[in-house]
Amino acid sequence: MAEQKPKLALYWASSCGGCEISVLAVHEKILDVAAAFDIVFWPCAMDFKEEDVAAMDDGEVDVCLFNGAIRNDDNAHMAHLMRRKSKVLVAYGSCAMEGCIPGLANFTDREHMMNFIYHDSPSTDNPEGIEPQMRTTVPEGELTLPEFWNTVKTLDQVVPVDYYLPGCPPEAKWTLAAIEAILSGQLPPPGSVIGMDVTVCDECSRTRSEKHIKQFYRPYEIIPEPDICLLDQGLFCAGIATRAGCGALCPQVNMGCRGCYGPNEGVVDGGAKLISALASVVDGATPEEIDAVLETLPDPAGYFYRFSLPHSLLRRTHLVGSNGTRTVEKITATPQLDPKLKD
Amino acid sequence: MTENRVGVYICHCGHNIAGTVDVEEVALWAAGLPHVAVSRDYKFMCSSLGQELVEADIKEQHLTHVVVAACSPHMHEPTFRQACERAGLNPYLFEMANIREHASWVHPNDRAAATDKAKAIISGSVRRVLELSPLEPLRAPIHETTLVVGGGIAGINTALEIANAGHPVVLVEREPSIGGHMAQFDKTFPTLDCAACILTPKMFEVGMHPNIKLLTYSEVEQVDGYVGNFTVRIRKKARKINTELCTGCGDCWGRCPAKVVDNIYEAGIGYRTAIYRQFPQAVPKYPVIDVETCIYYKNGKCKACEKFCPTGAIDFDQEDEIILMQAGNIVLATGYDLFDARRIPAYGYGRLANVFTSMEFERLTNATGPTGGKVVLRDGVTAPESVAIIHCVGSRDKNYNVYCSATCCMAALKFAHLVKEKTNAEVYNFYIDMRTAFKDYEAFYIRLMEEGTHFIRGRVAEVTDAARIPGEEGKLIVQAEDTLVGKQRRIPVDMVILMGAMEPKDDAKEVAYRFGIGCSEAGFFTERHPKLDPVATMSEGIFIAGACQGPKDIPATVGQGAAAAARVLSLIGQGVVEIEPVRAVIDESRCSGCRICNNLCPYNAIDYLEEEGVSRVNAALCKGCGTCVAACPSQVIQGQHYTFDSLMSQIEGLLYDVGNNQNGHVRVMEPEPV
Repeated sequence: MAEQKPKLALYWASSCGGCEISVLAVHEKILDVAAAFDIVFWPCAMDFKEEDVAAMDDGEVDVCLFNGAIRNDDNAHMAHLMRRKSKVLVAYGSCAMEGCIPGLANFTDREHMMNFIYHDSPSTDNPEGIEPQMRTTVPEGELTLPEFWNTVKTLDQVVPVDYYLPGCPPEAKWTLAAIEAILSGQLPPPGSVIGMDVTVCDECSRTRSEKHIKQFYRPYEIIPEPDICLLDQGLFCAGIATRAGCGALCPQVNMGCRGCYGPNEGVVDGGAKLISALASVVDGATPEEIDAVLETLPDPAGYFYRFSLPHSLLRRTHLVGSNGTRTVEKITATPQLDPKLKD
Repeated sequence: MTENRVGVYICHCGHNIAGTVDVEEVALWAAGLPHVAVSRDYKFMCSSLGQELVEADIKEQHLTHVVVAACSPHMHEPTFRQACERAGLNPYLFEMANIREHASWVHPNDRAAATDKAKAIISGSVRRVLELSPLEPLRAPIHETTLVVGGGIAGINTALEIANAGHPVVLVEREPSIGGHMAQFDKTFPTLDCAACILTPKMFEVGMHPNIKLLTYSEVEQVDGYVGNFTVRIRKKARKINTELCTGCGDCWGRCPAKVVDNIYEAGIGYRTAIYRQFPQAVPKYPVIDVETCIYYKNGKCKACEKFCPTGAIDFDQEDEIILMQAGNIVLATGYDLFDARRIPAYGYGRLANVFTSMEFERLTNATGPTGGKVVLRDGVTAPESVAIIHCVGSRDKNYNVYCSATCCMAALKFAHLVKEKTNAEVYNFYIDMRTAFKDYEAFYIRLMEEGTHFIRGRVAEVTDAARIPGEEGKLIVQAEDTLVGKQRRIPVDMVILMGAMEPKDDAKEVAYRFGIGCSEAGFFTERHPKLDPVATMSEGIFIAGACQGPKDIPATVGQGAAAAARVLSLIGQGVVEIEPVRAVIDESRCSGCRICNNLCPYNAIDYLEEEGVSRVNAALCKGCGTCVAACPSQVIQGQHYTFDSLMSQIEGLLYDVGNNQNGHVRVMEPEPV
């Protein structure tokens, strides 16, 4: 009997789908992957159902590449299911690892988000005020939707994770590196991020100088010099605090790094690192001058925590109730819609 | 790897800690913390018996780490580090938990809270100490030369003490001559010694001393380096005089046609020329040309001084000189500024002619002053028949300075005596409290009372020339409540002397920044310890002496000068200095060269290596402040002894849930559930 191929599963929770495509970005090597692995679950590309996985033995899947954040009951159910069925669970991509763009929802809460999306958004056309319900009775019977959470979470905040592959999406070479490592059994210690331990500056060919930031420019405001560090030119670039691995793709095309590869090895809170670093080089003699420089950086929280809010140290207050159960204190800060846009 | 065994010691500090914190309970509790092998409380941990306790436990109980919960590490961290070292434990595996300043002293009325807080602090320290690594101090030779900044009586004494011990000194003075405020005084209290007679021999000695290099009309612009090895950049302002040729004969200033109000030495009541020597006994003897007022620099003509100089020493083209020097130690003796009496409009200075500042009066009564020592009114001829001396002008006043300037009461008594002696005028002292501490001062006060000087206890409300009743016309009326009688008094006088506060130099904060030391809230330089280390600062190798540290009189200033010299000499004697290995270190293999840290270092200790594309910390220059550590966005700069893990562990320990009895239970941050 031929030796059994290792079993590979891929799953897609709360994410845009870019990670799924990135798996295909290994191009013809996907055939090697398909040859090396027995793909047992990949709902995005092949016709598998949840019950197929549920029917497997626990630990039967050798490797699961799990992308997407966890923000509803179904995401959580699948996270637990894939954890149980997989020997190695990889948080694949920024959403699963850090929360990524869906995680920005943590700046507000479910109620405000629903109100905005189904009622207040300028592009919403919902005269009857219909909102999604967990249970809806239709003539054919009852329809259900999974419960939508108040908080977006990362995969490792829901189930234990063995490895992380950063990036939005991960670069194909690192996907291959991970797969090759798994195939060869040359795995780093559990809990590792598969990638580099330096920052994007290491891969960026621009010339850097001492930093004195007098003003932040938005990308449309200036045409940057081609060979000089974007941050030195006042363009926000998170490359200084972002793990290398992408090949400095964005800075090469005049766009500041947005930080999708997450913080460098060992850093707990990448946003905080960015804040301390940039605050240190803002050039202003007086508090007023410093404020004026900072005013030129719109949406600082969004810039600093674009990819990492759920995984950051910025957490909502939680209280321990008298019966030992924890209750969530509602956050009060909510994004206000510009009144000019409202009507 | 051997098992971690932490020793925890809770100090009673007499009643200082034990009076508020339940030390026995804390010791019992700490014994249950993870990895704690020994936990004891003891009356005075800093005593030799307390230290021996630690040493014995390290040896017998095989401790791997030590936490002493007592006072501030500023006090006794060195004590216990040494104890650990004696017992063979690396001193950097010791951690001080401050449960005195941070717990017992700040919660004196809440025993339970103070006890809980002490536990939390100790929990943090135990967790932190486990993350520490053994370190070895850096050793560097001490450069023999000492830099003394400020040529007043403090700096003069410091320089002489060090130079007489056989070591080179560079004395830098901003003004053209050394001497400082004391050179402006006529007499000194309480002995009424002639100030010049006791000062000028010392000034002369400085000028002639083979071990002292005197740089007057010079300022320190930049200081780099560390104890034993400072590099100092000094700007020697152009005197416009070739001092090789000048004999100090005085022909030049005798012929100079420019007449300028001398706001420095003569306190604004006398004149000098544009080329001038501050006073006859000036050291060095050379004059200086004030380019702001010199006619030649205004319109290109004159040059009278050059024409009459017998040695051709005038050099109009002379430029500022930059001097770079190495120094092992630095003593700051930069002195004080007199309170600007214009800030209290009610006292009329600048508006009422015959209101004088104390320094103006010093010059008035000085035999070398503009009036030749005659005490006269602003008209220059009339002797006053009555004089009011107002104490605490700008001192002990929450609108200006809350502190007591310490010297003004005695100076006021001196003035009262001099006025009486020279004019026989009636003298009224308006005081809040007479402060005549120190040797023979009270006797001087008694003498003045016997001389018939009037003392009125009460803060003066105003000095006015608006007469209300006959007898007040043409006089200055001093209005005050006489608090001993409980009545308002209006005293008409001819002259008013304002005893202004001693304030920090106007640029004290900049100077402190330049030398890397601290300032008190008032702006005086901060000493390492107010009682036990009054002349050292938090920066190793930088000492302070005299009024730059706080108001003080001449004897105290001289004492501090000698004390600072003794500290310097002891370091020179050691020859080698041990530098704390608490330093920032860059993991160059992981530095991506973003250069965020490059211009942050206050000590210029970070270099960018172009070829390697990485930044590097010069360990000898780094003082371990942590600025770059915090700023490094890729977290490849670590602060030794304050590593990221040690700080995070301490924070986790500090968040110890004191309400929970479970030993070692720590609140953990978790994301909240759905």
